[in-house]
Amino acid sequence: MIPELGNFALYIAFTLSLLLSIFPAIGLRQNNIRLTSLAPNLSVGIFLFTLFAFGCLVYAFLTDDFTVLNVAQNSNSDLPYYYKIAASFGSHEGSFLLWLVMQSGWMFAVALLSKALPSDMRTRILMVLGWICVGFYAYIIIASNPFETTLPFYPVDGKDLNPLLQDIGMIIHPPLLYMGYVGLSVSFAFAIAALLSGNLDSTWAKWSRPWTAAAWAFLTLGITIGSWWAYSELGWGGWWFWDPVENASFMPWLIATALLHSLAVSEKRNAFKSWTVFLAIAAFSLSLLGTFLVRSGVIVSVHAFASDPSRGVFILILLALVIGGSLLLYSVRAGAIKSVGKFSTLSRESMLWGNNVLLVAATLVVLLGTLLPLVHKEIGLGTISIGEPFFNQMFVYLIVPFALLLGVAPLIRWKQDKIKSLYVPALICLLLSIGLSFSWLFLEFGEVKFFAFLGVVLGLWITLFTIHEMRITWRKLAKLPISHVAMVCGHIGLAFVIAGIGLTSQYSVERDVKMFTGDTADLAGYNFKFDSLKKVDGPNYEGWAAVISINKQQRNVETVYAEKRFYPVQRTTMTEAAIDDGFFRDIYVSLGEQLPDRSWGLRLYVKPYVRWLWIGGIVIALGGFITLFDKRYRRNKRMS
Amino acid sequence: MKLTTLLNSARVAVLSVIFMMSFNSSATEEQTQFSDPVQKELYIDLVKELRCPKCQNQNIADSNAVVAKDMRAKTKELVESGQTKEQVIDYMVARYGQFAHYQPPLNMATAMLWLLPILFITFAVFLLIKRSRAGAIETSNVIDSSNAQTLDKELDALLAKSSQRQKNQSEGEN
Repeated sequence: MIPELGNFALYIAFTLSLLLSIFPAIGLRQNNIRLTSLAPNLSVGIFLFTLFAFGCLVYAFLTDDFTVLNVAQNSNSDLPYYYKIAASFGSHEGSFLLWLVMQSGWMFAVALLSKALPSDMRTRILMVLGWICVGFYAYIIIASNPFETTLPFYPVDGKDLNPLLQDIGMIIHPPLLYMGYVGLSVSFAFAIAALLSGNLDSTWAKWSRPWTAAAWAFLTLGITIGSWWAYSELGWGGWWFWDPVENASFMPWLIATALLHSLAVSEKRNAFKSWTVFLAIAAFSLSLLGTFLVRSGVIVSVHAFASDPSRGVFILILLALVIGGSLLLYSVRAGAIKSVGKFSTLSRESMLWGNNVLLVAATLVVLLGTLLPLVHKEIGLGTISIGEPFFNQMFVYLIVPFALLLGVAPLIRWKQDKIKSLYVPALICLLLSIGLSFSWLFLEFGEVKFFAFLGVVLGLWITLFTIHEMRITWRKLAKLPISHVAMVCGHIGLAFVIAGIGLTSQYSVERDVKMFTGDTADLAGYNFKFDSLKKVDGPNYEGWAAVISINKQQRNVETVYAEKRFYPVQRTTMTEAAIDDGFFRDIYVSLGEQLPDRSWGLRLYVKPYVRWLWIGGIVIALGGFITLFDKRYRRNKRMS
Repeated sequence: MKLTTLLNSARVAVLSVIFMMSFNSSATEEQTQFSDPVQKELYIDLVKELRCPKCQNQNIADSNAVVAKDMRAKTKELVESGQTKEQVIDYMVARYGQFAHYQPPLNMATAMLWLLPILFITFAVFLLIKRSRAGAIETSNVIDSSNAQTLDKELDALLAKSSQRQKNQSEGEN
């Protein structure tokens, strides 16, 4: 009964989004306020019905309603309740319903918080979001209904959730990522609405900024948590593999980062305006492309939990409509956009242009690297793989100029500046970061490896310049405006990430050993003792844990449990790595297979500074959220 | 994390330099043993760059598939026989196809992996120079840095005044 209600609610939401896509358009044309003012109410309605439908699905999972196909295939009565909730978005169908909850949630937020916008602008934005919704809701109803039933022959128990997804990271990572992906549809809607109205002054950029910042911050968090999840759950200590699915989330992030910076130029300096509109379109298109790649199964990925080729066609059509339609509109209207702001070659504008160019080039690298293997195969040149060696090499080339510019840029004035004023601080920062990095690496690791050195130098360069710039601003304004604090967070966070990547990729050490209970092994100054093997069964699995005590100079650092779990329903074995985490290093132990002579294979890792990646990512995201507290956006809203 | 553990790990991290050298002193056996540490490093590099042909998207280091195990064993054998990185990769590519190596080969189709980003950056830099030149001609009223500070101050004062006025206005309206 409840699932049927959920299904029905989806149909209502679809109908409402049809209305939202039509009535305001007519209202705008006929200047009919009664029709245009329907837009916010319809948006609220869509959100409530979608939320209700999602609630029904969660209810079906919690009550083990195996008459619902989705529940039967992705849950089991033994699954703990929190994983039952997570299972509601663990499958393709369920995850798309979550996507829609987010989509309509953003729309709901826009309807609530945009009252200060000119009413025609507000109507247009909601209308564009309505168009997007029509496509999405049609998709879920026709191609991927989460409420499909198994009746009349329903199973006694479910097939269980993929054990890989039974992890806390899985509960929080997809919702955050979707918030980001879908949030970019708001930036998209602002840009399209501005194009439609033909009113492309810098005000739309101002309205769009907090929304873009919010979506971007969620996306940042989503990617960060995803990387952490892969690290702790996949069992080999990797945190980024340039897997197509990772790339699919990285591309919209890169473009959204560029968009965030170019919006600043559009708003403050009235320049780069048509470029900014283009970025807004590109960001959302790439997040749709990512969805297509992940769900259609056209690319081979370890993450393909929820793919189905037949659905690919539908998403491809949707993608073609969104990209084709918006680019057509863009080509018609963008010619009329006049960017009047003038600037010289050395100016903040140029610096931000550099930021945009490098980020878009990085996106190109990822896009080509992800899609070319497909093309290569199709045109008969055989299968190729593009992975770590290629991407790492390209990203090193891109990150060096990017980080160098990033350090200097906040010091440079809008419009024009003199290079002379930069010589002294640049020289000091360069010497300091080289000297500090060298001595740090030498003292801690005994040898200086080039890429680690590069990473730390770039990280310090950014940090030192940021501190210098903060001091100047402080002196001038006697306080740091909130938007400035946000920028500092974003930049310092990136410094952490760059340094962390350099350090952990160069100085991580590992050993692949076979041990009997009682054996010890040394690695990087730590002594690992295999104390005993324990049986640890969970609600839906049987497990064995190797109890490993980690000692350093005869003192116990930590006792960890590296587990191997067998999930009988899915007949899969999972490795649950034991991690002793720390600000300066992680110790990571994963239990392998039992060898013929009854000993166990164990992988031991010591990974210095690996945590800086995720700390950095969280600090970057924090920057995005802080922007939202900028009074400027709220005060201006009230005044207009 | 507590501050004490933080400080502790800092101290420990510095001390670890001394212990880095004592790698092979323990009694426990490696699963893959090498007599030469340089060969071991080469092996670790290689198994991360070679792709398991039967898996979804995994290198042979992380995969437990039978073919990955075979490839690891073969890699070890080749490395121990003194082959270079290129030789091992060539062997694997000849046997399992270009698919088995994560670095794409350079040909007409793959050239754009490198060319397109470079072309884009070149074009964008050209555009910037053109655009900023065009801007510079019209903005001939150059501000030198000594003036800039006084101008900044004047601007701040003006802004403060205008925001004050707006505040008064909006209060008046209310």
